[in-house]
Amino acid sequence: MTAPASRLTASGLTLAYDRRVITRDLDVAVPDRSFTVVVGPNACGKSTLLRALARVLRPVAGTVMLDGERISSWPARKLARTLGLLPQSSVAPEGITVSDLVARGRYPHQGILRQWTREDARVVAESMRATGVEELASRGVDELSGGQRQRVWIAMALAQQTSLLLLDEPTTFLDIAHQIEVLDLCARLHAEGRTVVAVLHDLNQAARYATHLIAMRDGRIVAEGPPAEVVTAERVAEVFGLRCRVIDDPETGTPLVVPAAPSIPAASDVVKVT
Amino acid sequence: MNPIRTRADSPWGRGVGLRVGGLSWRVSPRALVVAVVFAVVAVVVSVVSIGGGDYPMSFGEVVRALAGRGDASTDFIVNQLRLPRAVTALAVGAALGLAGALFQSLSRNPLGSPDLLGFTQGSATGVLVATVLAGGSGLGLAVGAVTGGVLTGVLIVLLVGRNGAHGQRLVLVGVGVAAILTGVNGYLLTKAQITDAARAVLWLTGSLDGRDWKQATPVLVMLAIAVAVTASCGRALRTIELGDEGARALGVPVDRVRGALLAVAVLLASLAAAAAGPVSFVALTAPQLARRLTRSSGPNALPAACLGAALLAAADLAGQRLVPGHQLPVGVVTGLLGGGYLIWLLTTERKAGRL
Ligand SMILES: Nc1ncnc2c1ncn2[C@@H]1O[C@H](COP(=O)(O)OP(=O)(O)OP(=O)(O)O)[C@@H](O)[C@H]1O
Ligand SMILES: [Mg+2]
Repeated sequence: MTAPASRLTASGLTLAYDRRVITRDLDVAVPDRSFTVVVGPNACGKSTLLRALARVLRPVAGTVMLDGERISSWPARKLARTLGLLPQSSVAPEGITVSDLVARGRYPHQGILRQWTREDARVVAESMRATGVEELASRGVDELSGGQRQRVWIAMALAQQTSLLLLDEPTTFLDIAHQIEVLDLCARLHAEGRTVVAVLHDLNQAARYATHLIAMRDGRIVAEGPPAEVVTAERVAEVFGLRCRVIDDPETGTPLVVPAAPSIPAASDVVKVT
Repeated sequence: MNPIRTRADSPWGRGVGLRVGGLSWRVSPRALVVAVVFAVVAVVVSVVSIGGGDYPMSFGEVVRALAGRGDASTDFIVNQLRLPRAVTALAVGAALGLAGALFQSLSRNPLGSPDLLGFTQGSATGVLVATVLAGGSGLGLAVGAVTGGVLTGVLIVLLVGRNGAHGQRLVLVGVGVAAILTGVNGYLLTKAQITDAARAVLWLTGSLDGRDWKQATPVLVMLAIAVAVTASCGRALRTIELGDEGARALGVPVDRVRGALLAVAVLLASLAAAAAGPVSFVALTAPQLARRLTRSSGPNALPAACLGAALLAAADLAGQRLVPGHQLPVGVVTGLLGGGYLIWLLTTERKAGRL
């Protein structure tokens, strides 16, 4: 079996903040036109990996390659038209409106003499419509709910119009309906031909939407491949330290993780309630 | 017509597309109006200011003299004696407003202004060293102010470190440096000859008395450079306000832009201090007022510069007229106004629950 072609690959990556090494000698390839989902416990290095893949963090050792060239040799704006990153946490400038924030995603498409074109306006409107925030266009970002804000940030990343999109926890803060909405949006972007990489915390959602799943722990990739192969009870125990059963999702047939029932001691054994 | 399209397009009322041939910009009409209004206010206040003094002139007389059509004596008084001071006021005000807007945007903090970050104190240290060592000639004071301001900038950048030249850290380090330099300045003052100390104290309050083209020209040249740099980095700066990670992901050369703008802001603030002394609060208030008036995020650089010029011209006029027969240095007036403004700002922010 030959591995699928990859525009975005990394080899021998060592990533560190100052002197604190997070991952050592990591190899990873994002399959083309895949919906790749990265899972793993908090602080295992998921965001760090995404930062390196987007050239926001410079590796201590190793290289990231994009379209056959070292990513470090890509011109900044050309890179930003090819690969987009939505960071896990971003700050909205004080008093900015939704449409203004989404419009900032157009930065790599603009120049000093070409600052705002009809195309920019069209793409911004379309991105807001795709994420369902067009109703909020003239509202201040400060006054939105967490979920609305998250969708505005996704709209900004969409306005960047990149064929590779890295999303760090796009569903955080969202209620279940909006989580599914964002994942459906990602699936649609994927179906339209983009390569999408997302960090998710919900294993069942990851298993349902991913075409390629990467499981990380302590800065290492523990397993990767199709969700049906990666998500097993032993793997979940190994990566998350959680006892569980894995059954078939009745809707999609993808793996469904059901945590084991806790062995709760009788209340009288713990504290005397009076 | 798709109603969603129009709704999504309507917010551009705040930023109107401007197209000339294949070129296109986006301008905010509100920001433009604020800038123009305050530029006009600044000029009108300056003309009124020039008309006052021991030899009062009407508004019309001053304008005629400025246009080169006055008689010999008004021409001399207006263009030789009073115009340089008025231009210095405008240039210093604009420089402080612009420097403040840049500092506040770079530090992502409304308190990030040269008087709170230690740059002004650094300029003062430079002036005092020049006074103690060289007796404080006019040129010595100016060189001291610029050297002091720039060295303080280098010191702060070194202390903050490469990855933290933004946000909280810059403000905290700056406030610390400001406190230390204030102590150093007090010590230097005790070491100076009594006459030199008197001159230094006069400079330290911030004054426009007896300023001529020698003081105005360096600030004007730096302003021109600063406006050009700000215009070319403006979009990048607005993007950096989204956070370093987001800005890098959008292809902004974050370190290069920040370095260039920090250098520009430091030079503006020090040259302004060299010309007029450490005039306080203009750099703090002008960008804040500009933001409130334009109601748009971003550095609001041009409105802040125009507001700064108007504020300083008005403060100078007030200093000359407020107490009959007695001139207050402009730094005293801005200190009084700015302190009041700061208290108002803190209380309203507190009421709004933002503090
Ligand atoms: N900017 C930073 N500076 C220093 N250390 C950092 C920085 N960002 C992350 N770290 C550290 O690197 C390690 C990996 O963090 P990372 O953000 O990659 O985890 P993560 O897998 O994304 O976790 P989470 O699920 O909580 O988002 C953590 O120990 C964290 O403390
Ligand atoms: Mg993370």
